[in-house]
Amino acid sequence: MSGIPKAIGNAPCTLRRSFTVKLLLGLCVGVSAAQSPVATTSLLHKQAPQFVRTDLENRKLDLRAYRGKVVLLDFWATWCASCQIEMPRFVAWQSQYGPRGLQIIGISMDDDPALARKLYKKMKLNYPVAMGDDKLGRLYGGVLGLPLTYLIDSQGNVQARFRGEADLNSIEEQFKPLLRP
Amino acid sequence: MKIGLVRRSGITALLVFAFLSLSMQLRAQFTPAPAGSAFSIPDAQLLKPEALVQLLHTTNKDKPLILQVGSHMLFTQAHVPGSEYAGPGSQPAGIEQLQNRVNALPRKKLIVLYCGCCPWNRCPNLGPAFAKLREMGFTNVKALYLANNFGADWADKGYPVEAGN
Repeated sequence: MSGIPKAIGNAPCTLRRSFTVKLLLGLCVGVSAAQSPVATTSLLHKQAPQFVRTDLENRKLDLRAYRGKVVLLDFWATWCASCQIEMPRFVAWQSQYGPRGLQIIGISMDDDPALARKLYKKMKLNYPVAMGDDKLGRLYGGVLGLPLTYLIDSQGNVQARFRGEADLNSIEEQFKPLLRP
Repeated sequence: MKIGLVRRSGITALLVFAFLSLSMQLRAQFTPAPAGSAFSIPDAQLLKPEALVQLLHTTNKDKPLILQVGSHMLFTQAHVPGSEYAGPGSQPAGIEQLQNRVNALPRKKLIVLYCGCCPWNRCPNLGPAFAKLREMGFTNVKALYLANNFGADWADKGYPVEAGN
């Protein structure tokens, strides 16, 4: 990252200091691996963790009920600008590919449900959205940054995970083959 | 000779067209960073994750105050050990919470702010929180540089984390 001056990290000049730093970092890594509260195992090609929620329209949202459909599970929040950039595309996909078995499900990671509800209406989301929490986040390996989208096939297996500002064309190319013709 | 020239210019035109359409698509998808984003923080005040890991082992009185100024839901899942939640910097209530937390501190105190909610150029929290502390007269404020988010640039790298409130 060229934007960060080299001095910031207090980079050690001598080999001895460098070794000490590496040793300290190594110890940190070792300790954190044992203490990490978030799941580090990948969910790829495994059954998507099940959950039941009440959506923003007060309807029951049970992931299991969408078995047989290809699900895009999108974690978002109102403070996440990248998430809002994706939303119009998700709305279009739901209309275009819904009849072929695509179901988009949104999980808002906002602390305040009122904010999520406001954006849900403003963006005219045509798919169910429920509020998330730290428990659901941990279930999905830790939602420690947004946007985060999981592609789940019709058998309920996680086929892909898209983190950060992903290439939406690439996401579309990955779910299309999983849909009904 | 002529056919070769025509073919070459055809390929060049095709490449230019492909480049233009790709750049248009990218521009449409990746709109500019909003005002007040983390980009407003001077480079000299940024702290790399590995530098913060070293600071975590500081035992003297120079130990920094580490504040997360983003989402509480993200904080409860995982945060930098010893750090405190100080409210979302993008909201007035969050800025007030931050102000209350640091008000009594000496202005030379080393304070490290971090968020990691989203990609650096999209973070709405760090910029306002950083600006508030500078406005209050704090002279030793750093911002943890997390290019993508807390998960990718901290937790996944194996740096230490804690869960809970």
